[in-house]
Amino acid sequence: MKVVLQNVTKKFPASGKKGEDVVAVNDFTFEIPDGELIGLLGPSGCGKSTTLSLICGLQKPTSGKILFGEDDVTETPPEHRGVGLVFQNYALYPHLTVLQNILFPLENLKGKNKLSKDEMKKRAYAAASLVQIEGLMERRPSELSGGQQQRVAIARALVKMPRVLLLDEPLSNLDARLRLQTREEIRRIQKETGITTVFVTHDQEEAMSISDRIVVMKDGVVQQIGKPQDVYDDPKNLFVAKFLGTPPISVFEGEVKNGALCIGKDVVLKLKNAKDGKVYVGVRPEGFIPEKNGALHCKLKGVEVMGRDISILSENEASQNPVIRSIVSADSKRDIDVSAETVAFSLKPHKVFLFDHESEERIAFDVL
Amino acid sequence: MDKNKFKGWLYLLPAILFLAVFMVYPLVDVFIYSFEEGYNSASQTYFGVGTYNYSYVLHDPYFLQAIKNTLILVLITVPVSTILALLISLGLSSIKKLRHLFQTVYFLPYVTNTLAVGMVFMILFKKTPYTDGLANLILDFFGQGPIDFIDGPYWAKMLVLCIYTVWVVMPFKVLVLTSALASVKEDYYSAARIDGTSRFRIFYKITLPMISPMLFYLVITGFIGAFKAYSDAVAIFGTNLNAAEMNTIVGYIYDMLYGDSGGYPSYASAAAIVLFVIVLTITCINLLVRKKYVFNK
Repeated sequence: MKVVLQNVTKKFPASGKKGEDVVAVNDFTFEIPDGELIGLLGPSGCGKSTTLSLICGLQKPTSGKILFGEDDVTETPPEHRGVGLVFQNYALYPHLTVLQNILFPLENLKGKNKLSKDEMKKRAYAAASLVQIEGLMERRPSELSGGQQQRVAIARALVKMPRVLLLDEPLSNLDARLRLQTREEIRRIQKETGITTVFVTHDQEEAMSISDRIVVMKDGVVQQIGKPQDVYDDPKNLFVAKFLGTPPISVFEGEVKNGALCIGKDVVLKLKNAKDGKVYVGVRPEGFIPEKNGALHCKLKGVEVMGRDISILSENEASQNPVIRSIVSADSKRDIDVSAETVAFSLKPHKVFLFDHESEERIAFDVL
Repeated sequence: MDKNKFKGWLYLLPAILFLAVFMVYPLVDVFIYSFEEGYNSASQTYFGVGTYNYSYVLHDPYFLQAIKNTLILVLITVPVSTILALLISLGLSSIKKLRHLFQTVYFLPYVTNTLAVGMVFMILFKKTPYTDGLANLILDFFGQGPIDFIDGPYWAKMLVLCIYTVWVVMPFKVLVLTSALASVKEDYYSAARIDGTSRFRIFYKITLPMISPMLFYLVITGFIGAFKAYSDAVAIFGTNLNAAEMNTIVGYIYDMLYGDSGGYPSYASAAAIVLFVIVLTITCINLLVRKKYVFNK
């Protein structure tokens, strides 16, 4: 089932008497293709959770339309939309067993949809086996670990065979290791069921690793939509570039002068057809090459060895980040003089992004 | 002894001392008096030891009347006040406008003096040379004859007492239940809504189990409170409750100690022990029921 959002806007009335309305989601247009896993990504307060509520129907958009396939569901109450929602804190009914929790949505079915007791049990166990919790059916939620509760919540959302599955910060309550495991699990379940799935997260790594497509939001406005790698390699603006990637992108105050890109006094790249003026220069951590005669000079603060890679910590006056973190393969360690005061880098041009100093929009450039 | 343990007991000592002197000692004393026949508190003498006090009390028509009255009061007011309080709390938690106003209105009886409330009930129900009372005015409007609610038939008096008790005990229950309802997380309701749960089922399957510990607490304290009823009856019917057929167990105990027929601490003690046994039994039954039906976090 594809999900279409057309110019969806959600305003909340101001809390004070004089305040202005809060625009949580502003003119959101996007078509989620059938069977894809979409990550809604952004810092807290960017409207991603509101977007999820709008899709599931707990909130109604101020304007705009929401369609499931060809159905206009904008005015449809949540119970008739056929959505499954997994809450951030799972919202499992604490007084019911796992089985009773999973059965709950099925017991609500009325009229011709009503199922026999055996049929319900069969479907509950099918959902449970999909998330691999068949052994826990008689337990109470309080007797389960966070990861197990998460699985129960997913089973409860899946058991009624929803048209769309929605997950609100599904991994935020899990510890780091479980998070890795569970996100693969979510990916597997989504692939097995083929249900169109939207999940909300503020963790870019999480979104990048399992989504077919990510939607980056800020202040209620969609910044960029695309495949994770595409968005990473080709960010539309400074915000998106900063938000994606660990370690984060290094941003410098720079200037284009007569076709030369300068950071401080260093001319780091020669550009074709670039306008002169102040710019922000973003460099991905893997875009630095430590070289004796590199163009960019930085103060060396330290070297961290992380096995496969090493990361070089350095400082530069023009840098907006307090520490510039660059990642190089461990093989190049012998090229680096750890005791030196400074380090020089050449930059990989395709890992360097220029942004307008005013609008923070991306500026295209060619290297001479 | 462990130093911390010693400290712990030291901190508990003041409370334990007070409880021992003013609660445990009198309790034991009452138990002893109830078996001492004709105990006189002034001379500290008694005729003999035995179960005569119990036999006397249990054959005393006034005491039997008091037990009957108390049981009726308990069986009517506890369920009625709890259910009414639940309905009111549900109403309160589903409105937004004027919610605080109504909360205050429902809480007022709690802070109002029992005797002042008794006066109000007099105006509502008492027959005087000038008026038959507000309730009778309303009955008259429907063409029903005047009923003397204060000095009239037994059922009318019991009705007034029950209404009065329900009205007095409800505010506290509303208070407890509104906060219990507010503590149920919104997410549960959202989850249930998305799953297409009907309103009745949400209430029955989610709200009720979630607030069941509080509800149960109210039922237990309600039972105990109703068994101890006395001042309510005095506020409406005056101090001569035996004559009004409206005495309660605690009223009977009080009368035996200080009333017109006063000066019988042995009978009073026996009656108090009987009351204790009744309350203990009911509470034990309640706790057994709790194990089966109340959800524990």
